Amino acid sequence: MTEASAKPAATDGLAFERPLLELEQKIQELRKLASGTHLELAGEIQGLEDRLRRQAAEVYAQLSAWERVNVARHAARPLTQDYIEQMLDDFVELQGDRVFGEDRAIVTGLATMAGVRFLLVGHRKGKTLKDKLACNFGCAHPEGYRKALQKMRLAAKMKLPIVTFINTPGAYPGIGAEERGQAAAIATNILEMFNLPVPILCIVIGEGGSGGALGIGVGDRVGMLENSYYSVITPEGCAAILWKSGDKAPDAAEALKLTSKDLLRLGLVDKVIEEPLGGAHRDPKGAIERVKAQILEWLHDLGKLTPDQLVEQRFEKFRRMGVPVGG
Amino acid sequence: MAWTRFGKKKDMPGGLWIKCESCGAMLFRKEFEQKHRICGTCGYHFTLPGRERVALTADAGTFEEMWKELQPVDRLGFNDRVPYAEKLKQTQAKTSETEAMIAGTCTVKGIPCALGVMNFSFLGGSMGMVVGEKVARSAELAVEKGLPLVLFACSGGARMHEGAISLMQMAKTCGALSRLNRVGGFSISVMTHPTTGGVTASFASVCDILLAEPGALIGFAGPRVIATTIKKELPKGFQRAEFLLEKGQIDRIVPRASMRDEMARLLAYATGRDPVAAFKPQPQPAAELEVAVAAEPAADKKKAKKGKKDA
Repeated sequence: MTEASAKPAATDGLAFERPLLELEQKIQELRKLASGTHLELAGEIQGLEDRLRRQAAEVYAQLSAWERVNVARHAARPLTQDYIEQMLDDFVELQGDRVFGEDRAIVTGLATMAGVRFLLVGHRKGKTLKDKLACNFGCAHPEGYRKALQKMRLAAKMKLPIVTFINTPGAYPGIGAEERGQAAAIATNILEMFNLPVPILCIVIGEGGSGGALGIGVGDRVGMLENSYYSVITPEGCAAILWKSGDKAPDAAEALKLTSKDLLRLGLVDKVIEEPLGGAHRDPKGAIERVKAQILEWLHDLGKLTPDQLVEQRFEKFRRMGVPVGG
Repeated sequence: MAWTRFGKKKDMPGGLWIKCESCGAMLFRKEFEQKHRICGTCGYHFTLPGRERVALTADAGTFEEMWKELQPVDRLGFNDRVPYAEKLKQTQAKTSETEAMIAGTCTVKGIPCALGVMNFSFLGGSMGMVVGEKVARSAELAVEKGLPLVLFACSGGARMHEGAISLMQMAKTCGALSRLNRVGGFSISVMTHPTTGGVTASFASVCDILLAEPGALIGFAGPRVIATTIKKELPKGFQRAEFLLEKGQIDRIVPRASMRDEMARLLAYATGRDPVAAFKPQPQPAAELEVAVAAEPAADKKKAKKGKKDA
């Protein structure tokens, strides 16, 4: 659940990208050559681009669970801050949990997008090393979860829907986090999200790391980007415990059934949001557009429900997850 | 989550003597079991098997177990060297239990309640779909019958073998508790050694009253994970019940020997009964409570003797 610090496994989980990167490089070189000289290369470039498309489609259709985990963690994959910058027309960040501190690992604020207003809550990972450290690599402390809840209550009061972006390896396992009640903070969020009388959408955009993800993950609609994952524990953590070896992370990833298609099949999420060909990191703008369209569609649908219906249906949805047999 | 890390060393050999895992004292097994698995020397509370917990809590003969037939479905086809389905069968045969939670109704000193008790010996008390379902149904029963709800947590966390399904049990249980709250219901959670991971981060932490047994390890992340992450030694007493009390995270620490009395007292407050009367002898307790001396920390023996009179 909390193996946020797990080291990357020995296996290179992005090796499958190499042929695609080579093709991309070749295309770029040819383009440069074509613009610098008068050589007729359009046909050749076209051919290579076709080949890239075919190969990307083929490679991405066959990714293993472990490879998808690595795509979900890809350095160029759009993060919450990219969505804020590129998807929204306005964003007013609201900070602090009003009790202990400001946790940069979760961002909250009032957002406007295509004329629709909502509260945005999202895990923030950071891009530069300095940012990453400030955001603790997206691993929130209790104050992050408490900030999220405080702002979500505000949204309920303002009758604004809530949109959460999930992208965390897990809630932070540290001394301060435990001292300030990490478990209770997450549990309280989960419980209180069942009471909020406004529409809640949750989108897993990268890593759906266990309780740290679910702490902002109780929604009327839960969507996952195609190459994101959602799991009870990181593959590395699971491998260390059950296989007694972190190197078995690929096996654990397979066994945990953590891909978007698995979660959809298990009835744990409502929709898989398709990514542009070759993953969101190849076309961040395209990915962000698709997420935007999905949010607008869902907010439109949920706008038709009364607060009572929302709360009722939200509970019933999660109540049906994991049905045992025998009585 | 990391439930496989706990409990392995605590498996008792069949011998006459048992070594206390806290102070190292040799304990006579029969006496140790009579004292409800508390070290007579240092007062250390060993993990109590689920059935013994029920017997120690409920009035004799009043516990009516429910939903015993519930079984998990291996939706993942999980296989970590031993297939999950097989592991379940082995565990069921070994423990004579169907799952990691025993749930039903009973009275405690005459006060009716819904009771759920986790059983650590069943795959580390891990929460999968059956534990989640039993907690949810217990909360729903509490709503329907107007009963207070008592939950004893004892778990390494979510059950990895059920993948994200087990994760979602955190939501299922909290959702059911939110409904109990909505009708003005009342819930007590007792965190016993150990309570970690997804159980701490869900139903065990959001009940109205939070109790813990002395010395119980309670936390979100396991101590080993934290030590590996921060690359530092953890402070003494970190994540123990006393630590949580000091940090303002639980209401009370209650020794095992007085748990039944305390429970009855709280249930009396919750159900409009006289808490003083709740202390008077009611129907015979299911198990003899002669262990007050050992239940208090060894450092405070005088107080402990006084506790015996109270019990």
